[in-house]
Amino acid sequence: MKIRIVGAFAALALLAACSNAPKTTAAATGTGAAAATTGPAPGSEADLVANVGDRVFYAFDQSNLTAQARATLDRQAAWLAKYPQVKILVAGNCDDRGTEEYNLALGQRRANAARDYLVAKGVAPSRIMTISYGKDRPVALGDNPQAWAQNRNAITSVQGANPQG
Amino acid sequence: MSLPPIEKWLAEGAPSAADPRAALDPRAALDPRALLLGRRALLGGAAALLAAPVPVFAQAAPPAAPAPAQAPAAGAGGQSAVITVDRARVAPIPVALPDFRGTSSAEAALGHNIAAVITADLVGCGLFRAIDPASFIQTSVAATATPDFASWKDIGTQALVTGAVTAEGANIRVEFRLWDVLPGTQIQGTAYTTAQGNWRRVAHIIADAVYQRLVGEKGYFDTRIVYVSRTGPLRVPVLRLAVMDQDGANNRFLTDGRWEALTPRFHPTKDEICFLSYIYNRPRVYLLDLGTAREQVVGDFPGMTFAPRFAPDGNVVIFSVTHGGGSDIYTYDLNTRHSQRLTDSGAIDVSPCYSPDGSQIVFNSDRGGDQQLYVMGADGSNVRRISFGNGRYGTPVWSPRGDLIAFTRIGSGGFAIGVMAPDGSGERILTEGFSVEGPTFCPNGRVLAFWRSTPMQNASGAGYSARLVSIDITGFNERVMVTPTFASDPAWSPLLS
Repeated sequence: MKIRIVGAFAALALLAACSNAPKTTAAATGTGAAAATTGPAPGSEADLVANVGDRVFYAFDQSNLTAQARATLDRQAAWLAKYPQVKILVAGNCDDRGTEEYNLALGQRRANAARDYLVAKGVAPSRIMTISYGKDRPVALGDNPQAWAQNRNAITSVQGANPQG
Repeated sequence: MSLPPIEKWLAEGAPSAADPRAALDPRAALDPRALLLGRRALLGGAAALLAAPVPVFAQAAPPAAPAPAQAPAAGAGGQSAVITVDRARVAPIPVALPDFRGTSSAEAALGHNIAAVITADLVGCGLFRAIDPASFIQTSVAATATPDFASWKDIGTQALVTGAVTAEGANIRVEFRLWDVLPGTQIQGTAYTTAQGNWRRVAHIIADAVYQRLVGEKGYFDTRIVYVSRTGPLRVPVLRLAVMDQDGANNRFLTDGRWEALTPRFHPTKDEICFLSYIYNRPRVYLLDLGTAREQVVGDFPGMTFAPRFAPDGNVVIFSVTHGGGSDIYTYDLNTRHSQRLTDSGAIDVSPCYSPDGSQIVFNSDRGGDQQLYVMGADGSNVRRISFGNGRYGTPVWSPRGDLIAFTRIGSGGFAIGVMAPDGSGERILTEGFSVEGPTFCPNGRVLAFWRSTPMQNASGAGYSARLVSIDITGFNERVMVTPTFASDPAWSPLLS
């Protein structure tokens, strides 16, 4: 949480700086290594991760959006409205307590649930790609309830900057 | 004594119906077969033999009859006991496999290796027990010339396999004889000529012949496994297709790992697989020709296509296509390029697999609330649920015999591999674990392969492993299959010959 607050500060500072600076391109994202000192570039993947929240979580074998997930997607929709040139990839993932093929479908169902919500909030469908990795891209290692909860997700990324790619 | 005649393997030869040798002794001299490198060329030649098996001291047990044969282990008067698979599971058949004879050191080395591969096949299947070579009274050279049956009987041998290897230029000629020790008769004798590099296949073909003659069913040793090799970081693993002989030899990677690949399955007759490729981050079903390495996408669908399998006739691929919040099952005719949707439930319909006669399809659906197994007609009609046990069910596969469906079951205690009748009755769990998944039948339906993974103990993923495992359909003889990397998604090939 601390890191996030610092990041938000840095982003504000950068935003202020950018208002006078030459326009930065959204595509120039980098890996965010410089974010700690200068803050992520607005509209970048690092900006999305640090200041918006790039992922929503699901209950076991479910794809319905929790209140928390909807709040995250609301922020994503607002962010996307602010950076209309940004295109995103929404990747659906599952924990490893289902069969591979079923989880491919479940991951897609989760990605679609997030996408449909963003579209309902005004994001053009043409800006959103989806993909499912089933249970093959765990973000949290360790087979325990905490890790499983992290791995049942839909992760939004700026196209070309997929953290799971 | 003089040895009975053996079959010569004539390179192109299909046996003539009027072949005089067949009339001489139907047990000793049966079938000339051509053994060529290519699988296609092999198909025609070998079919003649396998079409009409003549088990000698074997008898196929009716599948539903669990009672083992009551015949004594060794009958009186030089008659061998009736052996069935059911009986051999309880009392593995004692078989002696002295090294195949070779004159030169190179031939002798090959002869040693061939006998070792045959032994590993037979012992590995759980139905045979190898007599310890240290106990052999007769040398392999002498036994190949004239078996001294009394000495083989003395050390408990029921079946004796002898053979010889002869170099013929770049080729080798491998002959083998299978002997029934008690009556002292030859059960089969066959000679194969092939390129030297093909020696392992000759060994597997001989092991299949021994298996078939002794237990009365076709073997499954001259087969391959296609699977997914798993390397790299666990968060973003490198998933490559690989293929190997069923005993783990001749491993070969088929994709470079740049794009994820999953769920490869063999074509029923061609040297070809279907699989899920993530190429260009558009996960779709592809065909891959193993001979030419040519890849070809199957159909043109807006959603992800996945979970492919070939129909038994090889002309159709069946798979799932994501649609809205679920996925529908489609077929795609490889000749007409016509696709047909078979399900439209709005739920996840996935993992379709045809019955061996092509008339029915078993699949996985959450239309009832969670993952369960359903069967429908090949046209999508008459859908009925067949799984009613404790837990969720997935990855159904129909046995090549038609009498069983194998599945993954996920309960509160973990995963399990099991089998049930196609109407859902008679469910049996074969093995359990943290994660066991994705059964695939060997061609004679007697053995399943699947993959077993172990849990990640901590945030660095320590403790994780993923291995291919085989198990007899009665739940005995569970064995890890050797792969050079962690592995998943096995699919067993049909018999190559």
